[in-house]
Amino acid sequence: MDSVIKSLSDAIYYNLIREQRYMQFIQGLGISLQLTLYAAVLGTIIGLFMALAKLGRIKWLQGLATLYVDVIRGTPAVVQLVLIYYAILGSSNLPKIVVASVAFGINSGAYVCELIRAGILAVDRGQMEAARSLGFSYSHSMIYIIIPQAIKNILPALANEFIVLLKETAIAGYIALDDLTRAGNIVRGRTFDAYTPFIVVALIYLYITTILTWLLNKLEGRLRESD
Amino acid sequence: MIEVVNLHKYFGMLQVLKGVNTRIKKQEVVCVIGASGSGKSTFLRCLNLLEEPTSGEIIIDGIPLVEQRKDINRLRQKVGMVFQQFNLFPHMTVMENITLAPMKLKGMSKVEAHDKARDLLSKVGLPDKDNEYPNRLSGGQKQRVAIARALAMDPEVMLFDEPTSALDPEMVGEVLNVMKQLANEGMTMVVVTHEMGFAKEVGDRIMFMDEGIIYEEGAPQELFDNPQRDRTREFLGKVL
Ligand SMILES: Nc1ncnc2c1ncn2[C@@H]1O[C@H](COP(=O)(O)OP(=O)(O)O)[C@@H](O)[C@H]1O
Ligand SMILES: [Mg+2]
Repeated sequence: MDSVIKSLSDAIYYNLIREQRYMQFIQGLGISLQLTLYAAVLGTIIGLFMALAKLGRIKWLQGLATLYVDVIRGTPAVVQLVLIYYAILGSSNLPKIVVASVAFGINSGAYVCELIRAGILAVDRGQMEAARSLGFSYSHSMIYIIIPQAIKNILPALANEFIVLLKETAIAGYIALDDLTRAGNIVRGRTFDAYTPFIVVALIYLYITTILTWLLNKLEGRLRESD
Repeated sequence: MIEVVNLHKYFGMLQVLKGVNTRIKKQEVVCVIGASGSGKSTFLRCLNLLEEPTSGEIIIDGIPLVEQRKDINRLRQKVGMVFQQFNLFPHMTVMENITLAPMKLKGMSKVEAHDKARDLLSKVGLPDKDNEYPNRLSGGQKQRVAIARALAMDPEVMLFDEPTSALDPEMVGEVLNVMKQLANEGMTMVVVTHEMGFAKEVGDRIMFMDEGIIYEEGAPQELFDNPQRDRTREFLGKVL
């Protein structure tokens, strides 16, 4: 028993306290959260425009949006990240967090596009017909009638997408951005402890996603109440 | 006021309207009857271009189809429509449902639009429901609000697509009464309906549709009491 406690306290000491290693994790978490936030904002903007392009009647825009969604969803995020980093943005002097935010924003945009589209399509067809029959144009029908109703369908799915996105950003280390997961790697390189740093990393992710999921459930409850 | 010439409509390979010809005069009430799938809704929806006719001509107020297509939203402001499923906007109150279009499309002031909406709500017998949301209303009340919403644009014609088919039987009467009142005030109306009593009493003309054409039409007494053709007799035999 004593030896278990001893090795546990040793593990905590070497991986967290010595040389203030806990700061690695905290800074890493800060990077991961920032990256998720920027990517979420960018992804939502891209996703909204792509969804409208796909639903609209302008053929070439439709084709472009479909191509974008298919390419992004058909390739691994880590490949997109590295390609965007080296081929497109790596040559400029932009900070890595910006490059990564753009890459993850572009990635998330494709998924957001599909869930916005699904949310809009879930609004009863009769709503558009009623709006059009009153004399509203397609875009005004969208703005006044369809989108306000679609938001209720979209918000929970969108919040869920951001929880997924937070975990997806764990590959940011591929472009040497010091996010939470990479912090675990760095500490492991110092302490040669294979497990503890990543157990810490896992617990931090779990803690954050649990909070976000709890908030999501509250949001869903609210939306259901307002029906 | 509406003239339909040789109207055809295909959905892909399926031919739904096979040459519809008719004329609807101002203040006339035309009731369209016929079996399910005979093209009644499609015909009605072509009149406000919710469905795009494949060929043929629809002239409204002297304006031909090509001209209407250029300003489709203006055309629809003149042609009110009431749906079987009501299609009220669930995220808006009754008042907002009625005032949205006049305010946004006709530039009516809020005060003016609200006054008008209150008049219309009393007219359809719902003077105290202005702040309710649609999901708090019964089916009959929803449909009367939908009628008020369409009337708020001062349409020249009203199209009704089976306005009472989704209602519990005890609520059919209240909606038909509103429609009857509207007919008496001189509104031009095209009503797709299975309510033969209403058609007989209120209709100036009955149109029997069968397989995409107007198979037989005439004044209610003629068509109901003395149908000339086989399919009409067969249909009326089933529904009367
Ligand atoms: N949007 C559509 N796409 C394909 N087929 C349709 C569409 N709308 C109606 N139809 C078909 O057209 C025919 C006539 O339909 P409809 O006009 O609704 O008849 P009714 O109102 O007399 O019951 C039916 O066979 C129906 O399945
Ligand atoms: Mg029908």
